[in-house]
Amino acid sequence: MNPVQQAVVWLNDPLNWTNPGGILDRLGEHVSISAAAVLLGCLVAWPLGLWLGHAGRGGGLVVLISNLTLAVPTLALLTILPLTFLGFGRPAVVVALAVFAVPPLLANAYTGVRQVDPQTREAARGMGMTGTQVLRQVELPLAIPYLAAGFRTAAVQVVATAALATFVNGGGLGEIIRLGFGLSIAVGGGQILAGGLLVAGLAVGVELLLGFVERLVTPRPLRRARRRAARRAADAVTGS
Amino acid sequence: MSFRLSYRADPGNPWFTWQYVRDNSDTVLAALRDHTTLTLRAVLIATLIAVPLAVVAYWFRPLTGPILALTGVLYTVPSLALFAFIAPYLGIGVATVLSVVVLYALLVIVRNTVAGLNQVPAEVREAAEGMGYGRWGRLLRVELPLALPGILTGLRLATVSTVALITVGVVIGRGGLGQIIFAGFNNNFYKAQIMTGTLLCVLLALVLDLLLVGVGRLLTPWLRGRVG
Repeated sequence: MNPVQQAVVWLNDPLNWTNPGGILDRLGEHVSISAAAVLLGCLVAWPLGLWLGHAGRGGGLVVLISNLTLAVPTLALLTILPLTFLGFGRPAVVVALAVFAVPPLLANAYTGVRQVDPQTREAARGMGMTGTQVLRQVELPLAIPYLAAGFRTAAVQVVATAALATFVNGGGLGEIIRLGFGLSIAVGGGQILAGGLLVAGLAVGVELLLGFVERLVTPRPLRRARRRAARRAADAVTGS
Repeated sequence: MSFRLSYRADPGNPWFTWQYVRDNSDTVLAALRDHTTLTLRAVLIATLIAVPLAVVAYWFRPLTGPILALTGVLYTVPSLALFAFIAPYLGIGVATVLSVVVLYALLVIVRNTVAGLNQVPAEVREAAEGMGYGRWGRLLRVELPLALPGILTGLRLATVSTVALITVGVVIGRGGLGQIIFAGFNNNFYKAQIMTGTLLCVLLALVLDLLLVGVGRLLTPWLRGRVG
């Protein structure tokens, strides 16, 4: 049997889905860890990014942060954080993943505010709005396409990276792949491939779903900006 | 009495000690060498694939979208899943690690190279054409040199992320410095070992990045002195 057939057989076994530690359990873990990490990332990155963008300062800081996280291996962060005060278990994994969610969220929040037409900002000032009012009532709504694009990039990245949590026994769908490798390729080849398909499917699914949500939350007049923002978000990841 | 003595001799678990580095220099250096050669080979292979792809995307506009989309999808697939797809066929070895890393590096290099080529001003292209350059001559003598800053940006990003990505290779036992980090974790959470592996990873990324910046300055003397 070749690996593909083995994978189909493995996926067709209902017990592989419903057993403790089966696909459904792992999927639940994967999604809950990722959601917590993205949420934490948003809580940190959005206020900071919006504020930096509003103040028009710290562009260098944003670039520096994304470059630094690019160089730090995920594996290192996943193994180091449990040894700090965070302790073993979920919190450490969630924080490690959140660190990788911050750069796209931060970069997009920052650009989102910076790209607001200066004349709009001037007009708001001229109407007597205070700094916070300008941020809350003018810049924030106009930055929403960018925030959404950053959210999507970050979420997909976190879902993809959460597969690595298995190295520190953090659970998630990566566990299926690692156990498969533990069985050796001849025996576990199907399980490895099936795990890979599940992880990849989840990542692509999240990407498509959030793309749809992004379209829904963006008001029609801003749709064109949204497409630009999507490109920017991709650029923020590849750094160009 | 002897109990207390042995208790006092407990070395503790510091975040970093030179003791560890000295005692295990062989293992650490071997892992570092492994990591470095893997990175260099991966980036070289990725460049050899990505730059021609980018040129194809540049010459045949309708292909730009599909090529970028394809490399983009490859980039969305989680690294561990990519290992899972490739390992059953290529087995447990360098070939698998290299393929995964190369597939990842493709997007960054293709994207930046296309961007670099698109930045070549139309006047320059027309001037080259007017001077009698053919398609290939123009590409090799005019467009690629002018796109070098873009290509180098892509190479730098690809190199840095490759250094980080190779550590995921621990899943098949070929993770370079990742092996050190992972072994430290399994070794009763030996912090000094984890830290040594991590620091070397970051340092390697930094050194290779600086090297590429240097190469870039040598290759693009006309940009020197300009801000950017």
